[in-house]
Amino acid sequence: MSAYLCPECGYVYEETLGDAHMGFAPGTPWAELPADFVCPDCAISYKEDFSRRNDAAA
Amino acid sequence: MNSSALASELPSEYVDHKRHLWLFSLLVPCIALIGPLMYLFVSPKLLWLWLPTLFSYLVIPVLDAIIGEDRSNPPEDAVPGLEADPYYRYVTFALVPILWVSFLVSVVFIGTQDLPWHGVLAVIIAAGGTLGYGLNLGHEMGHKKTTLERWLAKVTLALGFYGHFFVEHNRGHHRDVATPADPASSRMGESIYRFVFREMPGAFFRAWDLEAERLDRCGKSVWSLQNEIIQPALISIVLYGVLVAFLGLEMIPVLLLIAFWGAFQLTQANYIEHYGLLRKQQPNGRYERCQPYHSWNSNHLFSNWALFHLQRHSDHHAHPTRRYQSLRDFPDLPRLPNGYFGMYLIAYFPSLWFKIMDKRLLEAVNRDPSRINFEPAKRERLMRQYGLEEVAKVTDDAGVAA
Repeated sequence: MSAYLCPECGYVYEETLGDAHMGFAPGTPWAELPADFVCPDCAISYKEDFSRRNDAAA
Repeated sequence: MNSSALASELPSEYVDHKRHLWLFSLLVPCIALIGPLMYLFVSPKLLWLWLPTLFSYLVIPVLDAIIGEDRSNPPEDAVPGLEADPYYRYVTFALVPILWVSFLVSVVFIGTQDLPWHGVLAVIIAAGGTLGYGLNLGHEMGHKKTTLERWLAKVTLALGFYGHFFVEHNRGHHRDVATPADPASSRMGESIYRFVFREMPGAFFRAWDLEAERLDRCGKSVWSLQNEIIQPALISIVLYGVLVAFLGLEMIPVLLLIAFWGAFQLTQANYIEHYGLLRKQQPNGRYERCQPYHSWNSNHLFSNWALFHLQRHSDHHAHPTRRYQSLRDFPDLPRLPNGYFGMYLIAYFPSLWFKIMDKRLLEAVNRDPSRINFEPAKRERLMRQYGLEEVAKVTDDAGVAA
């Protein structure tokens, strides 16, 4: 699974962890986040602005 | 990433001249205490009670005009060190109890002194100002990522019954800023008296919808204690309930008026921060990223001390999680002629506001109507009045790229 980094504020969405506060269960893949997803911390970065950070061995 | 290495090497070279001056941020919000304290301990003269209001509306704008602007910026490589320095955080923490005490003293003063209506009004306005500083502090801390700062933000916003701001601002306003969809961005031709009817309810319902959506994903009811609007609201209910229980039912309208005047401080700030500026909609329906030219700025030294650099608003919207001490000024930004306090006063007189700001707005957007957020009903009249023409699409795009 991968992690996705907000280029503005450094927020990281890790697919294995999800984001409990925002209601994304652990294991929720990036592709399943809503299309209008914006960074939960800075609200500046749209989904397509995030960069994939690393690939753990799946 | 070598930012941590930079943080340990560079601060020795850079000295923040404003470091200790940030303590002004603790002093200015104490101003509401002056009226009741002078009245109780010097002489029971009602004029004392108007001192805080006089200070906000006359002294601060004059100090801004005299002391002037501050163009200094921390160098970018000193920013990680500044952000990591806990001193700046402690200043914001220290303001939380100051604001609570200031608010409580004002309310208890009204509840226990025999004052004529205009004496009560003076203290209501001063206490509302205290709540305004609370909204500013809640704003600064609510943007941060630590649990402590987020909770302190809620505790501070609860003072003015305005806890939903925490949700509304971070996840709503910053996403929609400078677009017609944003109830917290004012439009060209919109007076503050019209704006407040769009801003206050619009902000609340956007916050509620954002929380409903989040809690639905979490599998919880919108009425759960996880609702970040309900959490601070409960603090407010207990606080206001205790005050009414001790001071009497007649305090209900007083508390409501103070809370309204506090919320109106935020309305005023929202009104002047993005007046008429518009992000362009892209072919995919998304708005262009919020750019520095989508916010109005004021670099006036004194009011920035009072407001934790809120007036360096462009950098705040470009980097919302950046701490106040690191916010920067840039040349050629849309610029207000005075600090926020002076601009609030101007906004009370819509024709004066339009006269001063419409000219500046047109200059800021290069007279390009596609970059103006118009009050829809006034669009045609304003286009005619200022001789604006729709720019053809091709030149329009070239103009933006240039």
